[in-house]
Amino acid sequence: MTRPAPSQYPMISFKKVNKWYGEYHALKEITADVERGEVLVVCGPSGSGKSTLIRTVNRLEEIQGGRIEFDAQDVHSPALDLNTFRSHVGFVFQSFNLFPHLSVVDNIMLAPINALKQKKVEAKGRALELLDRVGLAAKAEAYPGQLSGGQQQRVAIARALAMSPPAMLFDEPTSALDPEMVGEVLQVMKGLARDGMTMICVTHEMNFAREVADQIWFMDEGSIVETGKPEEFFTTPQSDRARKFLSELRSH
Amino acid sequence: MDDILQILRDNGTLLLVGQYPHGPLGGLAITLLLSLFGILLAFPFSVGIALARISPFCWLRWSATALIYVVRGVPLVMFIFWVYFFVPLLIGQTVTGFTTMLVTLVIYESAYLAEIIRAGIQGLPRGQFEASRAVGLSYLQTMFKVLLPQALYNMVPAIISQFVSSIKETSLGYVISVNELTFAASQINSTLLTKPFQVFFILAAIYFVLCLILTQLARIVERRIAERRNGSRVTPAKPVTMSRATI
Repeated sequence: MTRPAPSQYPMISFKKVNKWYGEYHALKEITADVERGEVLVVCGPSGSGKSTLIRTVNRLEEIQGGRIEFDAQDVHSPALDLNTFRSHVGFVFQSFNLFPHLSVVDNIMLAPINALKQKKVEAKGRALELLDRVGLAAKAEAYPGQLSGGQQQRVAIARALAMSPPAMLFDEPTSALDPEMVGEVLQVMKGLARDGMTMICVTHEMNFAREVADQIWFMDEGSIVETGKPEEFFTTPQSDRARKFLSELRSH
Repeated sequence: MDDILQILRDNGTLLLVGQYPHGPLGGLAITLLLSLFGILLAFPFSVGIALARISPFCWLRWSATALIYVVRGVPLVMFIFWVYFFVPLLIGQTVTGFTTMLVTLVIYESAYLAEIIRAGIQGLPRGQFEASRAVGLSYLQTMFKVLLPQALYNMVPAIISQFVSSIKETSLGYVISVNELTFAASQINSTLLTKPFQVFFILAAIYFVLCLILTQLARIVERRIAERRNGSRVTPAKPVTMSRATI
């Protein structure tokens, strides 16, 4: 199969995406693109559909209408090899979801060995390299229960990176953390952004958004209400809802 | 009390190992072998039934559910009779009481263990399943590498309790003359004729002590598991300082 050259199509593309939970219309006609190497921050009030949106990208949620393309692959096609596809999308959860029965290094090696069929030595070398990158080389043999929240989330990022994904999705990665641990996780994410990783981050960390994001989507009630560069969005938001959201965020 | 000690002196080995080494093994040894092998052989079946019970395929789910409901809704003695009369017809040769009882226990324990394992899997946070699928592991890899190891570990106390039940259940082997502990005791009783109270007191005491030890073991294991889960959260790990260069 010949595909167009990578530069000719976006990394992730939403086309008229609709999702319902029963009667509830969770995503309404979402149409937008994320370019290669771009860092996108999705923000909006809770219940606006941000998490649902990024969960549709690796099919943790099904959609009822429209089309999502990841690297020119139709994500919701029945013919898609779901396991192989998911191994190419890094996903970081709000609640870390490390596997508590495995040591840190085994957490990271599990998918490369079982899904990518890497050799154990190879997988371990890569795992240690990634742990070093997130600043946790010393914790390789520790168990998740012995780590702080911030450390667990950094391990979760390393676990996702172990599959060498072309893009990473972050679902409120710092929302479950104590304030003093938010910084260490954001540092790792900034590092990834600098290295040119394509990222979608659902987050309330507006300083992170201002500093790192190339693009911001503001969502409310299942729709993308506003998109723009961080500077424009924060200084001159176009919609009333975005203005209200930002003022509420600042008052905290 | 003297009577009891006297009975134990005269018939202790019969209660413990039957006529072994001069005849077939029996008594407590057979009781333990039956319950141990019963639960060990039931284990792989129970994992299969548990996975079928939560499977995405409805025909698998329904058949596993039906199986569990039938087994749990019928008394064990009934199963013993079914196996006793039907297995010889099925395989065309007679089987020993031990085999009959073992087959029965495996069927019975499989259904009960399956429900324990299912509860263990379903008791895990949903995020474990999602995280495993999100890194690209298949459904079965998720089950065997991520969910089952945690579920079985969490369910060890419940599994030990089930083992305790199965020890008591082996006493029903008596009805088809399996040479186990209860059978040995009733043999002694029919020889002595005049001391049923003492004989069956000894029998009850042996079961009680055995089950008490195992129940205590289950409690210790349970506490260990709880400590391992909570202890780690009580002592927060020291934050590691990170230099910009490492990121």
